[in-house]
Amino acid sequence: MDFNFTEEQDMVRDGLSRLVREQYDWETRRAAIASDAGWRPEIWAQLAELGILGMPFSEEVGGFGGGAVDAMIVMEEFGKGLVVEPFVPTVVCAGGFLKHAGSEAQREEHLSAITDGSRVFAFAYAEPRGRYNYADLETTAKKDGDSYVLNGHKAVVIGAPWASHLVVTARTGGDRRDAEGVSVFIVDKSADGIVTRDYETVDGRRASEIYFEKVSVPADALIGEEGAALPLIEQVADEAIAAQCAEACGAMKVAHAMTLEYSKQRKQFGVPIGKFQVLQHRMVDMYTAYETAVSLTYLATLKLDAGEKERKRAASSAKVGVGQSARFVGQEAVQIHGGNGVTDEYAIGHYFKRLTIFESEFGSVDHHLKRHISLA
Amino acid sequence: MNLEFTPEEQAFRDEVRAFIEENYPKHLGDVGLREDLSREDFLAWHKILGEKGWSVPAWPEQYGGTGWTPTQRYIWSEENARVNAVMPLPFGVSMVGPVIYTFGNEEQKAKHLPGIRSGDVWWCQGYSEPGAGSDLASLKTTAVRDGDHYVINGQKTWTTLAQYADWGFFLCRTDTDAAKPQEGISFILVDMKSPGVEVKPIKLLDGGHEVNETWLTDVRVPVENLVGEENKGWTYAKFLLAHERSGIAGVARSKRGVEKLREIAANETIDGEPLIEDFEFARKVSQLEIDLAALEITELRTLAGEQAGKGPGPESSILKIKGTEIQQRLTELTLEAVGSYSAPYYGSIANDAGSNEYPIGPDYAHHSAATYFNMRKTSIYGGSNEIQRNIITKMILGL
Repeated sequence: MDFNFTEEQDMVRDGLSRLVREQYDWETRRAAIASDAGWRPEIWAQLAELGILGMPFSEEVGGFGGGAVDAMIVMEEFGKGLVVEPFVPTVVCAGGFLKHAGSEAQREEHLSAITDGSRVFAFAYAEPRGRYNYADLETTAKKDGDSYVLNGHKAVVIGAPWASHLVVTARTGGDRRDAEGVSVFIVDKSADGIVTRDYETVDGRRASEIYFEKVSVPADALIGEEGAALPLIEQVADEAIAAQCAEACGAMKVAHAMTLEYSKQRKQFGVPIGKFQVLQHRMVDMYTAYETAVSLTYLATLKLDAGEKERKRAASSAKVGVGQSARFVGQEAVQIHGGNGVTDEYAIGHYFKRLTIFESEFGSVDHHLKRHISLA
Repeated sequence: MNLEFTPEEQAFRDEVRAFIEENYPKHLGDVGLREDLSREDFLAWHKILGEKGWSVPAWPEQYGGTGWTPTQRYIWSEENARVNAVMPLPFGVSMVGPVIYTFGNEEQKAKHLPGIRSGDVWWCQGYSEPGAGSDLASLKTTAVRDGDHYVINGQKTWTTLAQYADWGFFLCRTDTDAAKPQEGISFILVDMKSPGVEVKPIKLLDGGHEVNETWLTDVRVPVENLVGEENKGWTYAKFLLAHERSGIAGVARSKRGVEKLREIAANETIDGEPLIEDFEFARKVSQLEIDLAALEITELRTLAGEQAGKGPGPESSILKIKGTEIQQRLTELTLEAVGSYSAPYYGSIANDAGSNEYPIGPDYAHHSAATYFNMRKTSIYGGSNEIQRNIITKMILGL
């Protein structure tokens, strides 16, 4: 058992921490998310330069063979600064699909482009009526000679407005919600028949509704085996869960620290409100919620390469526990900030918003409690 | 970073598992209520471990510790929890022992440590008083110097299992004029057979006799029984409480408890189906398991910190709060799982194998209510969970 980070990992953390501190200050972030683009490609370029975007990939494609712990470190630092750039969709999700199941040619085509920052992905898995079931798909992909034809509607595709490519889940066989018949494709977002409607999300990111109308993709757009992709999707989603739990931990850490600081400054009844025991104990409970969230994030991260059942149980445990902590810490942080907590001006409200939306990505607390039960 | 045990740690697990299987007293079986045990039963495993040299693993090796790493100690507690072992009681091993080897003089170490190691001497803790619970520093029991003796007068309470105790460690006020209440307190060892010591039982909610009132009337104690310096007892008391809290999380035991809960819920039925398949119930069990997993990793992180040379710090307060909340939730869910048969007062019912009567309720029902009632103590003792929050407020949040 070992809870230490390697020297390289400490260096990655220090580098990102500096980047976030120096270039992702609050006013700069506020201006960036309000801009037309909604993100900062120059930050993306720097991440590429630092090797962050190629981190999990082999050295042949320019990566440095990092693992889940490295992704955890990156996302924790991003969480602290509420970084919006699409590391999870591009590196963890698209990168994960390619790493686990991509063909030689697919890896060659995409991985070095991810690593050097030239290709940005979004993961189009959700549908308006599918909720958190990755197999509950109305989007179809029909084989047509040497190609597949995609039809359907993908919902709230995070980061899609910034993406050049999409990873799309679609049904190639079986009935809606069948475990069999689910496939994954890589699709160029500029393909004919793709219609997108872009919008802002409440937590400062961008997303799209994506409509596929007879979109023809070549047969080699398929990742892995046709109709057998559900276990692969679940694996990549568990990796995304671990990474986003780390992000939530980073955000909780800052939310707690801000609240603590505020309680020392803000005076009522002639004393700093941090002198009141009722608030002290609440901040202790926030601290405990954060610490247990970190523990569950470690668990999910360190079990990603374990057996399937162990991995799923750990990921669901984390999504439940971190989700509950995130909601608690977010709500209490706003409460202790009083009226200032519900203003747009104070940063705390923005941490609250990110911590809120975190729960709805890759399955809610309830969804993962149910999954945990099914894995008993 | 990884969660795997090393091959050496695996081998260690095999070794202690084999030792436990071979040596753990069979007649203790899977005990239910601990307060029903006899003095001999309480000490049986302690004495075997004393002979093996494993009764005080956490102590420094020079005083008889095993030199195990925190991870090994964790494995040790897991393996004991597997058989629900009656472990050496904490009063000697985890409380007064560390105070004596840290602050005591050579004579005190030579006199008292061997008996704690072997399990021959039973210790009890004289801290709380009727008027001094969470506000422990307001204690009123006095020790007045009279020649070579202290004369102790006062009343202690919640003295756990003092009915069996040979010795007790007591916090007494030696300076009634000290500027702060914490400053006039001394840590004194008392032979429980001394004239003037009187132990009276307090019956608890579960019907058992686990704690006592201890009355001290003109009890004469030789001055050499003072540990460390006079009026510095509060420092030692705080040191002791931090030691008491590490290990208080009870993760291994709770894991075993969840397994038993699952067995009970698989046996009980609701609308003809096993209770464990009822969504509402299964949801509570899963939530408990998730919280327990979080606690386990949190404890392992704390242990790793200890291994890196950090002593048990204020983080142990988190383990105390979360650990006791989980222990209580576990007994609560077990009570719920048992259902109607949680109601009979089994203490009043002849239910042993030798009885000619029809048995009442399944075996696992017999202690469910008593254990639930008993475990309410956990968020109160060892510094109530509210006091733990005060500690975190001060030591970690810096408020």
